[in-house]
Amino acid sequence: MKIEETLQEEQSPGSTQPRNIYYALDEQGNYRQVLSTGCKAKQDALSLIWECISKEAETTRQEVLAGKKSPLAYHIKMRLLDIPMLAAYTGLPKKTIKKHMDAKAFLQLDAATIKQYADAMHITEEELKNV
Amino acid sequence: MIAFEHKPAAHCESGVTSNLLNFYGIKISEPMALGLGSGLFFSHMPFITLHGMAVTSFRPLPGQIFSRVTRRLGIKVKTRRFLNKEASMQALDRLLAQDIPAGVLAGVYHLPYFPKEYRFHFNAHNIAVIGKENNAYIVSDPVILQKETISYEALKRCRYAKGTYPPCGKMYWIDRIKTKNPDWQRAVIKSIKLSCRWMLAIPLPFFGVRGIRLLAKRMCRWEQRFGSHRAASNLAQVIRMLEEIGTGGAGFRFMYAAFLQEAAGVLHQPVFREYAMRMTEAGDRWREFAAAAGRKFKNRGEAICSYDELADKLMKIADAEEDIFRRLRKTVKNYKNERAKSE
Repeated sequence: MKIEETLQEEQSPGSTQPRNIYYALDEQGNYRQVLSTGCKAKQDALSLIWECISKEAETTRQEVLAGKKSPLAYHIKMRLLDIPMLAAYTGLPKKTIKKHMDAKAFLQLDAATIKQYADAMHITEEELKNV
Repeated sequence: MIAFEHKPAAHCESGVTSNLLNFYGIKISEPMALGLGSGLFFSHMPFITLHGMAVTSFRPLPGQIFSRVTRRLGIKVKTRRFLNKEASMQALDRLLAQDIPAGVLAGVYHLPYFPKEYRFHFNAHNIAVIGKENNAYIVSDPVILQKETISYEALKRCRYAKGTYPPCGKMYWIDRIKTKNPDWQRAVIKSIKLSCRWMLAIPLPFFGVRGIRLLAKRMCRWEQRFGSHRAASNLAQVIRMLEEIGTGGAGFRFMYAAFLQEAAGVLHQPVFREYAMRMTEAGDRWREFAAAAGRKFKNRGEAICSYDELADKLMKIADAEEDIFRRLRKTVKNYKNERAKSE
């Protein structure tokens, strides 16, 4: 890769888009560090993944609103968590957490367990109960 | 705060390694750190999953670059993991009080200064903690251009992130430097030999050149097995790993080429510059593959390849890299014999 081939997009001031270091060849054929805005394929991959995540989260949100699933199910989708990871964060058994994905079981939870979930996801109890 | 020079880098671990060593007066560039750490690798492991998809990685296990570089250069390091979260933070504070910068393993998801779209549950990110002010830590994160601050609570959360490869509060620091003038030639030769071994000679289909071929073979069947939607997200996952911070990929090939150029100088062997050019070509092929794959999963543009065509590209890359490492292996072997003769 030559230095001219690295992607240099115009950035608006204050843009948070990260810039990465790349190694590229200069005219003499020596490698040099260059700052670049990254590569198109990577940005496409990222946006595709986020699209998938938000689509899934939206489906889950509709299910929660319909009373099929608990808000917990939505929040773990939003935070890219899965049940084994949430189990590691909270210290609760996986089976228990799976049960709490159900709307009815979630409603019967005591305050302590709710707090455990909220702390693990770093949100307040109120936020956890709403979608 | 410790007078620590923060140099941004392309990859977190080689960056932290080179920054830490520079702090102790051993001048080492980031590509050199990657090369000495034999940081070029490939593995495709269907039996480990991340976000429900097979892990494809372009790096050795986290921590290996640092430990190899320091071993090659005769530097004693200390590494600790903790069960107790508070104890891990106190140990970090004690180091900082003695003006010792510490490398810390962190989960990316909880890093507050990271852009939101990059925050996945990826737990093998390396940062150097270089100071503490008002209950906040000053960190040198090589993939961020400037020094950042992070609160006590946030850092603790990062060090105890959960998921694939949990960091468990791991931290490492340089304990003692045996010699200020290490044998660079020997270190370079040994590390290239190790890279060749890892890329060519692991007798399992998941690693090295064979891993690239395995990925190619599996890729042909993705569409039948998963359906077009999940096949696309699998492909996107591979591309993310290929270009993402922390895993490198095409970027690693260019960095390794930069290392080979430096190696040519260290060993007085101009032939390594030629290998650097070949490695650059391999890197360009990876980029080409990434671009074609990007068009594929975005379903965009006129030239959309099928999965078979993408797999074909991968096979060609595997052949090219195999060729490079076979040549390298031969040269390094001969070099050792010549050196023994002249001594």
